[in-house]
Amino acid sequence: MDGNRVTEPLIKIVNLKKWFPLRLGFFSTLVSRKQLYVRAVDGISFEVAEKEIFGLAGESGSGKTTAGRLLLKLVPPTGGEILFRGKNVTKMSEKEFKPLRSKFQIIFQDPYGSLNPRMTIFNIIAEPMRIYGIKDEREVEKRVSKALEDARLVPPEEFINRYPHELSGGQRQRVATGRALVLNPNFIVADEPVSMLDVSIRADILNLIYELKDKYDVSFLYITHDLALARHVCDRIAIMYLGKIMEMGTTDQIVYEPLHPYTKSLMAAVPVPDPTAKRIDVVIKGEIPSPVNPPQGCRFHTRCPQKIGDICEKKEPTIIDSGNGHLVACHLYT
Amino acid sequence: MSQPLLNVKNLVTYYKILRGYVKAVEDASFYLNEGEALGLAGESGCGKTTIALSILKILPQGGFIKGGNILFRDIDISKLDEHEFRQNIRWKKISIVFQGAMNALNPVYKISDQIVEAITLHEPNVNKDEGVERGRKLFELVGLDPSRIENYPHEFSGGMKQRAMIAMALACNPELLIADEPGTALDVIVQAQVLKLLRELKEKLGLSMIIITHDLSIISETCDSTAIMYAGKIAEFGDVASVFKEPLHPYTQGLMSAFPNIKAARTRMQSIAGFPPDLLEPPSGCRFHPRCKFAMDVCRTKEPVMKEVKKKHYVSCHLMK
Repeated sequence: MDGNRVTEPLIKIVNLKKWFPLRLGFFSTLVSRKQLYVRAVDGISFEVAEKEIFGLAGESGSGKTTAGRLLLKLVPPTGGEILFRGKNVTKMSEKEFKPLRSKFQIIFQDPYGSLNPRMTIFNIIAEPMRIYGIKDEREVEKRVSKALEDARLVPPEEFINRYPHELSGGQRQRVATGRALVLNPNFIVADEPVSMLDVSIRADILNLIYELKDKYDVSFLYITHDLALARHVCDRIAIMYLGKIMEMGTTDQIVYEPLHPYTKSLMAAVPVPDPTAKRIDVVIKGEIPSPVNPPQGCRFHTRCPQKIGDICEKKEPTIIDSGNGHLVACHLYT
Repeated sequence: MSQPLLNVKNLVTYYKILRGYVKAVEDASFYLNEGEALGLAGESGCGKTTIALSILKILPQGGFIKGGNILFRDIDISKLDEHEFRQNIRWKKISIVFQGAMNALNPVYKISDQIVEAITLHEPNVNKDEGVERGRKLFELVGLDPSRIENYPHEFSGGMKQRAMIAMALACNPELLIADEPGTALDVIVQAQVLKLLRELKEKLGLSMIIITHDLSIISETCDSTAIMYAGKIAEFGDVASVFKEPLHPYTQGLMSAFPNIKAARTRMQSIAGFPPDLLEPPSGCRFHPRCKFAMDVCRTKEPVMKEVKKKHYVSCHLMK
């Protein structure tokens, strides 16, 4: 879709889908034979280039976390393809995929839940190497120290024998970042890495991600609901709504020239820390509908302030390039 | 100049635990004029919720007001006994929307029962039907369909629960509403809807508000004045316009540059080095000195006092002459 990018993308996904079957109660299964699904991710396509931070933004329930888990093959997709440097990894078995798995890492949202409280920091960071059969203890020690240094937990000796409960939230998230880096990955999914942290230390983790990208040529999928933060770290952003991508483009295109009415509403809803800023009081009504039964046609039409008519209710808009790789799925632009 | 509606003077609130006293709020002073909104900001654990609980006298076990005055229309409400406080102040004059609307409602009672309970507890002469009727009116006021009052909390979405909580807080026509983290755990769009509702209520009912949040942008969108707290103390207090335009305390400056602004140019965000202190044993002198870029010798030994640097702009820092 982007002609001037010559090299192959690191990750490319095509029409990726994940439908979770809905468990019905005993009586409902007797009455209706129809299997219902939660359409968490319903056909999304994008590419993440080498050394790129790609942001996936949307409200809760938009499917952004499921998309991240799909990319890491933590959940099997219902349909679609995942290509890693041109190689189709969708159908690979866990055994075939294992050598590649070390290239894919994740930083979870909750640093209080993602570190084993009974393991020392050393063991937490060493565990991925043990799983991948690095037996040389001196090598392991060296790489743990380096990971801690990379994550700015210095001096490493001061941290290796501690337990997670002895660290602050920000330090824990650094440990999680160090652990994600220790196998020299190419691609890291960062799922809301700062939403549980205090405002005063968020910037640290984001700056760290930014620096590591350049230092180790890693690409990130940055999943967030906070557009103001996404804007500060991401190169490109995709806006998700009910399992679909509504708009995708460079960060500046999304922030300065949003096209989709949903993106515009999201941007208008972001509070601004400047009391002199002009406040736009058009707030769209309602909340995100259930992904079990998403609205017909364009999924956003029930809340859309710029609905043009029947077409929005009947026909699902396709995602088109409005120029310069700025993609939008809306009937206003077809 | 008229008297402020709420005037908190040198409030000190501690929690007694096994290991000693948690000095959660130390020497906090600020005031709120009638019809205005005050934003209380700071990191988690800085004592902002404790101030709210002290004002309403609903501190959890172990918590107590050690000193200071809380003047509401010139009456020191911190000295009232529990019976008098419940009869005359709590919910009738001052009410609160608790943090985490998702979990603050009782899941096994209908919303209407919960609102009626709040009304009859504070106004014993109101019967149930009158209470439900008042609840319906409140639902309309906060933008909910009045017929939904007979629903259970699980039938409401997050934004609707937050609105129901606001309706419940308004049940006895309070003059002052405290909203603890009204936007947290809500999606951006729903958060914007709730903030808009709070602004409208302030206009329509002449309600005074205290909004507790860690999000500075929420304060700039809804408040007239702001108090920035750090480790149990108020670092800076003043008009929103003045504080946001020219933050004077190094902590406020740090918070502002740690905060992303989607409308402004893309700059590198700066965080504040270190982390907040343990309030069992707060640092000597200025509590911010271990993290402060400008710390001097005097900061380590002497506690700064709050000074009015400009008109309605108070700062507690040794850098201020």
